[in-house]
Amino acid sequence: MSAAVAMQLAILVPLLGAVVIALCGRNANLRDGVTLAIALALFALVLRVALGDDGPVEVTLIELMPGLTISLHNETLSILFAVVASGLWIVTHLYAIGYMRGAKEKNQTRFFACFSIALAGAVGVAFASNMLTLFIFYEVLTLSTYPLVAHKEDENAKRGARVYLGILLATSIGFLLPAMIATWAYTGTLDFVPGGVMAGVVDPAIGALLLVLFMYGIGKAALMPFHRWLPSAMVAPTPVSALLHAVAVVKAGVFTVLKVSIYLFGLDYLSELWTQDLMIGIAAFTVLAASLVAMQQDNLKAMLAYSTVSQLSYIVLAAMLASEWAAVGGAMHIVMHALGKITLFFCAGAIYVATKKTEIGQLNGLGRRMPFTFAAFFLGALCVIGVPPMGSMWSKLHLLMGAYESGYLLVVAVIGVSTLLNIAYLLPPVVRAFLYAPPAGEASAGVREAPLLCVVPLCFTALACLVIFFWGEPLQQRLFAMFAG
Amino acid sequence: MNQALALIVVVPMVGAAVAALLPAGRGPWLLATAISWYMLAAAAMLAGQAMDLGMLSYAMGGWEPPYGVEYRLDPANALLALLIAGLAAVVLPFAGPSLANEVPIEKSPWLYAALLLFLAGQMGIAVSGDAFNIFVFLEISSLATYTLIALGRNRRALTASFSYLIMGTVGATFFLIGVGLLYAMTGTLNMADLAARIPEVASSRTVHTAYAFIVVGVCLKLALFPLHLWLPNAYTYAPSAVTALLAATATKVAIYLLIRFIWTVFGIDFSINEMPTVQLLVPLAIVGLLSTSVVAIGQDKIKRMLAYSSVAQIGYMVLGIGMATELGLTAALLHLFNHALMKGALFMALGCIAYRLGTSKLDAFRGLGRRMPWTMAAFVAGGLSLIGVPLTVGFISKWYLVLAAIELGWWPVVAVIIVGSLLAIVYIWRVVEVAYLQRADDESRCEAPLSLLVPTWILVLTNFWFGIDTRLTIGMAERAAALLAGAGP
Repeated sequence: MSAAVAMQLAILVPLLGAVVIALCGRNANLRDGVTLAIALALFALVLRVALGDDGPVEVTLIELMPGLTISLHNETLSILFAVVASGLWIVTHLYAIGYMRGAKEKNQTRFFACFSIALAGAVGVAFASNMLTLFIFYEVLTLSTYPLVAHKEDENAKRGARVYLGILLATSIGFLLPAMIATWAYTGTLDFVPGGVMAGVVDPAIGALLLVLFMYGIGKAALMPFHRWLPSAMVAPTPVSALLHAVAVVKAGVFTVLKVSIYLFGLDYLSELWTQDLMIGIAAFTVLAASLVAMQQDNLKAMLAYSTVSQLSYIVLAAMLASEWAAVGGAMHIVMHALGKITLFFCAGAIYVATKKTEIGQLNGLGRRMPFTFAAFFLGALCVIGVPPMGSMWSKLHLLMGAYESGYLLVVAVIGVSTLLNIAYLLPPVVRAFLYAPPAGEASAGVREAPLLCVVPLCFTALACLVIFFWGEPLQQRLFAMFAG
Repeated sequence: MNQALALIVVVPMVGAAVAALLPAGRGPWLLATAISWYMLAAAAMLAGQAMDLGMLSYAMGGWEPPYGVEYRLDPANALLALLIAGLAAVVLPFAGPSLANEVPIEKSPWLYAALLLFLAGQMGIAVSGDAFNIFVFLEISSLATYTLIALGRNRRALTASFSYLIMGTVGATFFLIGVGLLYAMTGTLNMADLAARIPEVASSRTVHTAYAFIVVGVCLKLALFPLHLWLPNAYTYAPSAVTALLAATATKVAIYLLIRFIWTVFGIDFSINEMPTVQLLVPLAIVGLLSTSVVAIGQDKIKRMLAYSSVAQIGYMVLGIGMATELGLTAALLHLFNHALMKGALFMALGCIAYRLGTSKLDAFRGLGRRMPWTMAAFVAGGLSLIGVPLTVGFISKWYLVLAAIELGWWPVVAVIIVGSLLAIVYIWRVVEVAYLQRADDESRCEAPLSLLVPTWILVLTNFWFGIDTRLTIGMAERAAALLAGAGP
């Protein structure tokens, strides 16, 4: 099978899979088995694209408007994101079976079907070879995750889902769409080209405006003040928060930020724009402010959500620094943070399934009851903080070097402070669980973990945070290749 | 000589007389459906020829133009003819069961006679190349429309029909006055001939007056803000199938007339240099688009909400016309076609709901996501198209409109177009949320019958088809715009 076919199938399989999942709704075991098969097939297809030595491949599906096509390509950054999203789907699906059954959630068929469509959207975003294609799959991702956020169908879920859809659609239609059409009007292309398409064509004054429109238009990157949708999305069942709102959806956002900065603007052109400093300022502010807000949260998932907002802005920062080191760091952070954060969310979900506890204040002494979960939480937290021997040490290192290289010393300071803040809010849950005494009346009755299908995946991703530390170099080399063209 | 060009108008007109004579029952409906399918086949064939040859002409009664009445088809009205016939061919099969439920069966011969007259009038306006002849067809279709609206179940349909009658007659009269003045100045009624002769007398006050009368008259017909007040009631109280047909075609034909007169008959130079066309159309379009979208958000009756949304969408088309560029015109023509598809689908979905529940109040939508899954899915798909989500026709329209505005450097207008879309999200999602996330007291399943669902879904799927394969629509719209823009001096 050629890479071109594999890319197309990688979108079709989960899309058509959703229909099959919906048809298997009556038999829960069959349905979950089919979903697992789809997830495995998707991962195999993505691996085929990732590991094959086909060279650059571009395949056009349809011409939507004269000169504007829906096309896919297998560029480095694309492969990276596709592997992360599809690989973690397998783990998440196993976890989701345990979680949804353990928590006795309703409408599981709709849940798994929408999940599958969302993955098709994420893989489409990954392989998109021009902005129009990316935009289309970006919207597929938004719309298919709405039912997942509204899953519980109570007042709370409805309100959260409304904010979620409202902000994501409003930013994408309100800012991203006009920015994209303007790019098309000025340059006559929307293709992702190494070095960018705007240099020498678009007046820097207009380019500066477009940059702001793009950065805020990509609402999924959760730049303040358009970040409210992410905490709102936490009303969804935890597997959704884990895969979609720590990996697929939010990483689709920052992935788009990287793609747009590297392949549409081009890093050199980007550094000519006066709004570059403005966006760096806003991203740095988001990094710090979101961390400060995270410290105030008592709800575990809300805290993790704000932590994600903060971490996403690392990647936006990486793109805006217009340095190759920083851009590579940003791309690496997509992987590293994904592993760390998905582990943390898995843990939060496992705690909910086993004990129905959702607040950080209730975690006292739980470590004795759920040792594996909290050990994994500890590793995940270390990974997000970025200490060795965790993978995210590499991404932060690259980011810092990029900031040095482009002379933004203030950014170096921001990253330093932010790391300290991360420690201040990510470690207390672990400390409470292991070192505090359990509240009176809750005598510890030995180990009582969540179902096995919940615990195994979270241990797996926690270990992956460690293992990936040793893959720093090959990853770095592949990523630097993306500037070669 | 191309007989089909005449027959496409004559057949529904004769059919109307036959339908009126048939016994009450299914007969008139079957006849009307067959005729609508014939019209689609003929329109498709004619459009193909018009695209190949550039222009088709038929002289009525053998009287050579410009003396006799000429029927004339070029890519611009070929698109419109295809639209009218296509929508009729989808809505009429739907109309049978839907109207049988809403209108007493003994009225069916007159009902379908009126529907066929309406179609004959619409098609006549589309293909006629004679200004007075257009007035005649305008009146034929309008009179048929007043009858159709008055057949609505609610007694308020009568006042809705009456106020449309007053406004519509004023509009038609203005149009006639304008045509009369042009005849007085040029001695001709053939539009191609008018276009050739008007430049000689363009500076005269009479021609200016004629322009004003014609544009205002047509704007009344197409319900440009603030001349739209007849429309919401008319759409709300007319029978469901009639609303679907009206929303999809009636205002579109008037939009076409506006384009034809501004660009071809008077010529774009005259229209924008001698007359304040841009200064008038663009602000009205913008204010109309925003204000009626906001009003739509507050409506409790979903049919009325969509009616206000129609007025807003007309604002988009007029905005495209008001840009007075080829790209703007392309956008207007594209949206003319695309909006017919999305509104047709939405009103047909409402028709399915009215068939089961007899209402379109927002309260009645509670739990409909489960009770009528296919109908609600059609509504959501139509709504997404209205919002302009990619892979639907709405996206293509928005793309071209924004592109045209950027080409002119009209950034505030870009913002207006976008805000309009965002307001559409609000009023569509209000319904979606109630239908899917609120529980009904009665959870029994009551999906609409297949005879209603199939036509509705055909139209829904065309929203996606023409949102993905745009060769036909964009190709025709670009050809038409190039032709209209090139026709001016």
